[in-house]
Amino acid sequence: MSTRIKPMPSTKTSRRAILKGGAAVLASSMCPVAIEIVNANEVWADMPKPASQGPADKILWNSCNVNCGSRCALRVHVKDGVITRVETDNTGNDEYGLHQLRACPRGRAMRQRIYAKERIPYPMRRVGKRGEGKFERISWEEAIKEVSSRLKNTLEKYGNEAVYLNYGTGALGSTMGKSWPPATTPVARLMNTMGGYLNHYSDYSTIQITVGMPYLFGKAFDSSALSAMEDAELCVFFGNNPSETRMSGTKARTLQHGRFSRNTRTIVVDPRYTDTMVTAGDEWVPIRPGTDAALCAALAHVLITENMVNTDFIASHTIGYDEDSLPEGAPAGSSYKSYILGTGPDATAKSPAWAEPITGIPAARIEQLAREIGRAKPCFICQGWGPQRSSYGENLSRAVSMLAVLTGNIGLKGTNTGEREPNRVKMLPMSPFPTLSNPVKTAVSCFNWFQAIEDYTTMTDKTAGIRGRDKLVAPIKFIWNYAGNCLTNQHGGINQMDPILADETKCESIIVLDTTLTSSAKYADILLPVCSNLEEYDWTVEGDANISYVIFDDKCIEPLGESRSIYDILADVATAMGKGQEFTEGRTQYQWLEHLYAQSRKALPDLPPTLEEAYKMGVYKVKLPEHHIGLRAFREDPVKNPLPSPSGKIEIYSARLAKIAEEWKLPAGQVITPLPEFVHDPEGAPVEAGSSTPLLLIGHHYKQRTHSTYGNSAWMKEVAPQDIWINPIDAKARGIFHGDKVKVFNERGVTYVSARVTPRIMPGVVSLPQGAWHTPDAKGEDQNGCVNVLTSLKPSALAKGNPHHTNLVQVTKA
Amino acid sequence: MKNPAFYFNAELCTGCKACMIACKDKHNLGTGVNWRKVLEFAGGEFIPTGRGSFHHNVFAYYVSISCNHCENAVCATGCPTKAMHKDENGIVSVDESRCVGCRYCEWNCPYSAPQFDEVKGKMTKCDFCRDYLAKGEAPSCVAACPCRALDFGEYEALKAKYGEFAPIAPLPSPELTQPHLICKPNRHSRPQGSTAGTRGARISNPQEV
Repeated sequence: MSTRIKPMPSTKTSRRAILKGGAAVLASSMCPVAIEIVNANEVWADMPKPASQGPADKILWNSCNVNCGSRCALRVHVKDGVITRVETDNTGNDEYGLHQLRACPRGRAMRQRIYAKERIPYPMRRVGKRGEGKFERISWEEAIKEVSSRLKNTLEKYGNEAVYLNYGTGALGSTMGKSWPPATTPVARLMNTMGGYLNHYSDYSTIQITVGMPYLFGKAFDSSALSAMEDAELCVFFGNNPSETRMSGTKARTLQHGRFSRNTRTIVVDPRYTDTMVTAGDEWVPIRPGTDAALCAALAHVLITENMVNTDFIASHTIGYDEDSLPEGAPAGSSYKSYILGTGPDATAKSPAWAEPITGIPAARIEQLAREIGRAKPCFICQGWGPQRSSYGENLSRAVSMLAVLTGNIGLKGTNTGEREPNRVKMLPMSPFPTLSNPVKTAVSCFNWFQAIEDYTTMTDKTAGIRGRDKLVAPIKFIWNYAGNCLTNQHGGINQMDPILADETKCESIIVLDTTLTSSAKYADILLPVCSNLEEYDWTVEGDANISYVIFDDKCIEPLGESRSIYDILADVATAMGKGQEFTEGRTQYQWLEHLYAQSRKALPDLPPTLEEAYKMGVYKVKLPEHHIGLRAFREDPVKNPLPSPSGKIEIYSARLAKIAEEWKLPAGQVITPLPEFVHDPEGAPVEAGSSTPLLLIGHHYKQRTHSTYGNSAWMKEVAPQDIWINPIDAKARGIFHGDKVKVFNERGVTYVSARVTPRIMPGVVSLPQGAWHTPDAKGEDQNGCVNVLTSLKPSALAKGNPHHTNLVQVTKA
Repeated sequence: MKNPAFYFNAELCTGCKACMIACKDKHNLGTGVNWRKVLEFAGGEFIPTGRGSFHHNVFAYYVSISCNHCENAVCATGCPTKAMHKDENGIVSVDESRCVGCRYCEWNCPYSAPQFDEVKGKMTKCDFCRDYLAKGEAPSCVAACPCRALDFGEYEALKAKYGEFAPIAPLPSPELTQPHLICKPNRHSRPQGSTAGTRGARISNPQEV
């Protein structure tokens, strides 16, 4: 008898068939990801109800620790072993710096994520073709046996560099259950007991800026705390949108402190009128996505021609600004000033009139903005991570920082480096779960790993940015995919990924460990249920501009169904591989936590004497009174405190990039430039007249979900439905009205979604919030507004990163 | 309390909707029943310059609104069965034993605060988290607000704390019901009754509320 984890008549379902800790029935009409289980007659159910009426038996602390940059405290009401309510931090007097770690709506919808019918109920093995979605239920014993024999087989045949830990951020911030960064996960510890694994560098959120920025500053991310904007006269946000990307109450207080303490004037440059603009913005400067480098060049043009450049700072702290300060070997005309003024090789002045048709911003507005930036002392320049998530994001991110460099607004009170504010200034020194060290140093980018499934032999340091070796020595044959949806849904090019993943002769084993049946999980050979963080003991370490904290995550309910903690699962795999003792060191998960807690108390003696008491306390906060200022020491004394760049200074012209541009083999049309130049991408602005896909498509972070997490919550889907943002001008031209179902497509894919006709997005640009669950119909056409059927698999030139916001599409009425 | 009231600061609200979800979680409300709502009010337009760029006058902001436990509770005065009433604590409440689900109160209320529960066949609405008030705690929505845009208290005391503000769009005229609500404007907000902009005349997220 076959059962589907998808809509089916509720009469066939058996209440409490699987869930022992709670129960429910399969009832809702829309389950985006469907799999067929050939040998089980049991399914999931609705939100369970406690056995008796009345108030909760207990209120326990835990957290929402998904990948939004915030980690929020939850107070979980439990009655008769069932979660009945999820509240948030209510401790203290909410004074800034020790403020309440209030959760956003997603954290408050946790019950619907825990008791979702998409929870993976028991271990399963694929029986159909890979990706087809046909599984059989197996026992844990069989599952562990199969995983370990597959792993042994891969290690024997192909070696450790054929085993890949895929990016996954579904369980972030915790200690034992952590799914990212890869090297800090229990999966890494397991692999490190047996010779290691193939690494990846950077992440889908930040790869272009993480890889690009060190060529300017020698390093990435020594930026100022957002609260430091309180000391600025003007703040300019280039695509920085903390109110939507980091939506927690902790982060909201930081932005409010920065913006409202002294009423700092704030300008938001963004294709969308974001919620950050709603609360913090004084003026919105709408810009075509991916063109910030052109805007910054034009702003620089005004700053230079109207003598607003801080030439003293340029002379003492930078190289490559003008012809005189170029490093040795740089060709004549290759300085920044030559590029901006049009005396370089392209002989084009980057004037406001030049930037106007590219960016969509009137030249007069650009001039005015430049004068505001040039005259404000101090000026706080920052950028979000959206703009850099584009095909030339490495250049774009450096171009934004150039405004801070040119005006000397770096390393001083009220200034920033032009980068995004740090997620937290300081982490409390809680002892991490030791994950041993990886003997394998080889790394692919977080994004181009799929090429190592297809043809690893073409991947070298110069063709694919391979690190740690000059080339890959093995194909990826085994993938650990823990708490991640980056095989497909969050990776990009979903339709193009399918044949790569589906071919069992290429990658031979895909092991998915997750709480939830994601679109990536459909590609599993072995699918293992991991419990959620509310079903195990752990703790979560986080912070922000002026606060640093730990949330002690208590075990609120028993693991649902047959799910187990990741530690317990991997301990069994280790034992089957003959590495049990090395992995566990004889400790259970709780014993590890007690051990690490005792170590942590040496650094933080104020913590309660026992872990048990810490769970009762719930949250531990420390106030950080200073506003961190990026590159302060370097600003004070560049000779004594040089940057880790070859010259020790800010390298406006990067000789290292010039060398890479010469040596690397790039696909036709791609370039790497030593200066932070604007480079036109065929899928970027300005769009060629008469294009069959005339609209620039981005995919903003949306309040309904954190990436794809919470995308199955009925409450969240009600208060923040998935729809595509389109300007009334573009909608009218297509006969589209607010709420109409539309077809969004390009040569890579098709999706259907409803239209949100709003002036809050620039004409010529549409935005489909990223993270909706891929829901293909029989023809393979997505029905749920999943943006990654439209995005490209072409890695960016330097970082080999995901160009998620560089797309052209057409939209028509469906 | 005699006249329980809400304070809302539109300057701080990012429209995240934590208030809505906290309310739904606390009161076990299904989809379609929203005791608190977050309205998006947006308007303005883009004007092409002819040089590949645009001028614009776009604005947007949010208003979080629930039952305002009004001085003149028109939901109660219009209720044919007297199920809708103001209780001894000034909380406008539904006596479910009397409610016949005719939905007159929903129709009468300019804020659409009473919400029909199709399963029960009765009206339901914000009860100001009376159980929390009794324990000296804040209502769920107020305690939830990540942006600290909400507050509550006795109407006169709240007025003394925050002052009074001219009403903003898209709220109805306060003269209709004399709501126990203090709403501080956002710097982008438009006055009550405003129909500025291409879509500014209406709430722009009807499907979400």
